[in-house]
Amino acid sequence: MTKNLRVKSSEYIDETNRISFKFNGKTYHGFKGDTLASALLANDVHLVGRSFKYHRPRGIMTSGSEEPSAIVQVNPGTNRTEPNVRATEVEIYEGLEASSQNCWPSVEFDIGGINNFLSPFFPAGFYYKTFMWPASFWEKYEFFIRHSAGLGKSPTSSDPDIYDHRNIHCDVLVVGAGISGIMAAKNAAKNNFKTLLVEEKNELGGSTIYENNEFNKIDNKAPSEWLKKEIEELKNIKNLEIKTRTSVAAYHQYNYLLARENLTDHLEAKDKTNKIRQRLLKIRAKKVILATGALERPLIFNNNDRPGIMLSSAIKKYSEFYGVACGSKNVFFTNNDSAYESAISLYNKGINVEAIIDIREQSESKIVKKVKEAGIKIYWSHSIVDTTGYKRLNSISIMKLSNDGTSVTGSKISISCDCLGVAGGWTPAVHLYTQSGSKLKFDEEKKVFLPNKDTSEQISVGSCGGDFKIDEIVKNLNQKLKDSLNIKETDLDNIKVEIDQENSKRNIWLLPSDKPLGKTKPFVDYQNDATAKDIKLALREGFRSIEHVKRYTTTGMGTDQGKLGNMHALGIIADTAGVKMGELGTTTFRPPYTPLTFGTIVGRNVGKFFDIFRRTPMNDWHVENKAEFENVGQWKRAWYYPINGETMHQAVQRESKAARESAGILDASTLGKIDIQGSDASEFLNRVYTNAWSKLAIGKCRYGLMLNEDGMVFDDGVTTRLGENHYIMTTTTGGAVNVLSKLEDYLQTEWPELDVYLTSVTDHYATASLCGPNSKKILKKIIPDLDLSDENFPHMSFKETKIGNIQCRIMRISFTGEHSYEINVQASYGKDLWEKCIEAGKEFNITPYGTETMHLLRAEKGFIIVGQDTDGTMTPIDLQMDWIVSKKKYDFIGKRSLYRSDTMREDRKQLVGLLTEDPNEVLEEGAQIVSELNQSPVEMLGHVTSSYFSPNLNKSIALAVVRGGKDMMGKKLFVPMENKNINVTVANPVFYDEKNERLNA
Amino acid sequence: MFLINCPYCGERDQQEFKAGGEAHIERPKQPTELSDDEWAEYLFMRKNIKGVQFERWNHAHGCRKWFNMVRDTSNDEIKAIYKMGEKPPTQ
Ligand SMILES: [Zn+2]
Repeated sequence: MTKNLRVKSSEYIDETNRISFKFNGKTYHGFKGDTLASALLANDVHLVGRSFKYHRPRGIMTSGSEEPSAIVQVNPGTNRTEPNVRATEVEIYEGLEASSQNCWPSVEFDIGGINNFLSPFFPAGFYYKTFMWPASFWEKYEFFIRHSAGLGKSPTSSDPDIYDHRNIHCDVLVVGAGISGIMAAKNAAKNNFKTLLVEEKNELGGSTIYENNEFNKIDNKAPSEWLKKEIEELKNIKNLEIKTRTSVAAYHQYNYLLARENLTDHLEAKDKTNKIRQRLLKIRAKKVILATGALERPLIFNNNDRPGIMLSSAIKKYSEFYGVACGSKNVFFTNNDSAYESAISLYNKGINVEAIIDIREQSESKIVKKVKEAGIKIYWSHSIVDTTGYKRLNSISIMKLSNDGTSVTGSKISISCDCLGVAGGWTPAVHLYTQSGSKLKFDEEKKVFLPNKDTSEQISVGSCGGDFKIDEIVKNLNQKLKDSLNIKETDLDNIKVEIDQENSKRNIWLLPSDKPLGKTKPFVDYQNDATAKDIKLALREGFRSIEHVKRYTTTGMGTDQGKLGNMHALGIIADTAGVKMGELGTTTFRPPYTPLTFGTIVGRNVGKFFDIFRRTPMNDWHVENKAEFENVGQWKRAWYYPINGETMHQAVQRESKAARESAGILDASTLGKIDIQGSDASEFLNRVYTNAWSKLAIGKCRYGLMLNEDGMVFDDGVTTRLGENHYIMTTTTGGAVNVLSKLEDYLQTEWPELDVYLTSVTDHYATASLCGPNSKKILKKIIPDLDLSDENFPHMSFKETKIGNIQCRIMRISFTGEHSYEINVQASYGKDLWEKCIEAGKEFNITPYGTETMHLLRAEKGFIIVGQDTDGTMTPIDLQMDWIVSKKKYDFIGKRSLYRSDTMREDRKQLVGLLTEDPNEVLEEGAQIVSELNQSPVEMLGHVTSSYFSPNLNKSIALAVVRGGKDMMGKKLFVPMENKNINVTVANPVFYDEKNERLNA
Repeated sequence: MFLINCPYCGERDQQEFKAGGEAHIERPKQPTELSDDEWAEYLFMRKNIKGVQFERWNHAHGCRKWFNMVRDTSNDEIKAIYKMGEKPPTQ
């Protein structure tokens, strides 16, 4: 029984292009140019959703992004589905599907609607008051709440669309393409400012583009005619970029703005593929011109939320722009002249207007006279006290308003209607303005917050700056443009504006009913179901701060951020508390102005681009040889190389044994490498490492420990002296970036007098670490000419040589305790070097090993891993590494802190070895250590930091930090686990080859 | 997001920079002469001003130079930028 309410063709609707779409499973038709809202209204569908708390039926209230009620799920059940989309912003296309949200099982019969009848039990703060106690009941409440509430559904499979980011730098950014924005952009661009104009809708022109009121003229033309000509001229202007369907979400300090450009949401599915769906524009503008317009205010009266109750301006737009009548029996309710413009718009199109209810005593403007002449009944000084109709408005009751506006008198008149347009005046859209940090002031006469103190290069023009009449807009825009852009002439200088608009307005924040407030439902926030009653209750309960009232009542907390009702909430608070609006301040508008998709925010940074990762030059070999990988910082490192279905444990045991029995090879390319040069390089190393460096001979290597200024271990690694003034420092894989930063910081800020230059060369060299008793033989095969004798090439020394034609640096250093070599070549030869080693090592059963085996082997030797055995609270003394801390050096980073009373305590946690009573029991890393089992509470003495089963010792070994552990050698301690207690003995952390004999084996 | 005028590179987006805490805290030349309290004062104690604050910044994803900034922390207005070793501007 759907009616066709398409009344008159509109140039913005292409009636030759018929489009079918589905809403709640039913097929409807609209035309190209329609929004989902206009197409539904043309089919006489008002009921589109349910409210959040009471599940009251809700309809379409607005025609724009401020819509609180008509929020829908687009394309439900697909991987492109999107919840919380405003039906007023969805452009229809063939195949579009949408459904209501927040209702179950259907919008027509919603089980949650029972909340409406229970509403006396759902006062403000109900959720806080009820569901928070007893806490254990929360799960039960949650089940109920989650089932019957919730705003839409997120997609369950991955998003098929592509998103993008773009940086834009411009001289002038104009936000909003109504009359003010268009004229601002035009004049900026004409004066050679590189200008960007963005508009959230798909058409330029704002509300002026359908302003055909016979009483308003610009240069003797209807404003719409005049503006169309101006828009036509924009095409020929250089320096001007125009982006429609682009909504500014955030305005940050320093004129940095984020906007979402919507590129494919209005297209059919077949046209969406392989295109960028939405693009995040990151805009830096020298000047920002805000022309964001104004939002019409509703009026707050009893049952003001029924489907069919809309903003007066929206009814006008649906009629003028979309050619749609929102009802067959229309009534307007107003406190100013703008409802009369809407009424005349309908009248001119032959749509029935029953009456206008005006809370003012009278108005004498031409437009009011015209309404009278049209025979439309006007009820002056009347107010609506109630409305009826569950799923659609069917009548209103009005009564005479008292002089002070606080009560109603006389007899009740009932008026039958199916659509009510409310006009409560205009609220400048200052959201972006305040986001920029700029401050508002309250204008008592206009009852609006207006821009007051700009914090950046910006101006607010048109109605967002407080000018509502076209003549004021043009005059003030002209002056602001000249001042801001420093230009002498504009196109606005000679424009002639004739208007008939009166500013007379009677502002009453909360309109009275014949019933007491407690028995009425005057909604202030439509999406979150906050009523005037709730706000007053919050004030009675002692809330004073706006931000608190807002959170307690949830006013303005919905996805629409309460764009319609925020001012009324403030007004009601001010009236009730007996203070002036200006003294109350306003709520804070936070980004985004309208919701952004996650896709837009992350742009291209999804999947493998989510976080960058680094691969070594040998990576392909590891992949071909079925290595498992682990993430170390951003690096993908070979973890272990399972063969024949080995578990990780089996693989690591095999690799560990092979490295000690014959030969192993590790890809060590990820170690941080910093090239240090300059005449003060030695002095610099003296200051950053705990040990002494001045006497290190050229061609020798030395292990160094670096502290933070607080004395705690920061990083470690081997540094080699390549020349008189030239060193190469290695750092841990994860610490490379921070070490370089720290060294640069000290060089630039504390010791600028030192002649030292630092260059990160981590990526420049690939490193193969060859270890084990046969490593020497393998290296000899690769470089036959190099004398590998202990005399010529002893442990902790360095050779620069060649493998064939390839230059290489070889350090004879060891992290495993075995005889070993670290071979460095230019990164591009890394894989070649690796394959040469593998080939030469075949006869010795050379075994590639990963990070896990490296960790095991070094643990057998008691070598620490910074970040695993240390945690930022360990000094070198705590680590029993006193030997590396120079007593002779006057100063080095962290030295003074080693002599603080706290760092000198004997009972600090200290690094020790642990052996389990049962040699097969492997401790869990992180497990706690205690000395007493039958005590509660018991002191945790420390924890296990590294733990392995050692295949070379054939027993379990562990490193741990234990309070006062240094003096506990041989002491029995316990590691209590969930099901058992493990007996352990404190031991020397060097478990294997304590005399270091294998280094020269 | 600030726009920071690196004294070596010019105006760049904040995401290229790293904040480095309070400026003009000089590392003591003779740490061993200091009492625990005096050392702790240097090591741990930092101001956290609501208002004009002197800070260190580093152009980490640019020239990697450290420099100083005078910033009003209440509204993020950058009042001055000057190189390491230069005298702070007087207010
Ligand atoms: Zn720079």
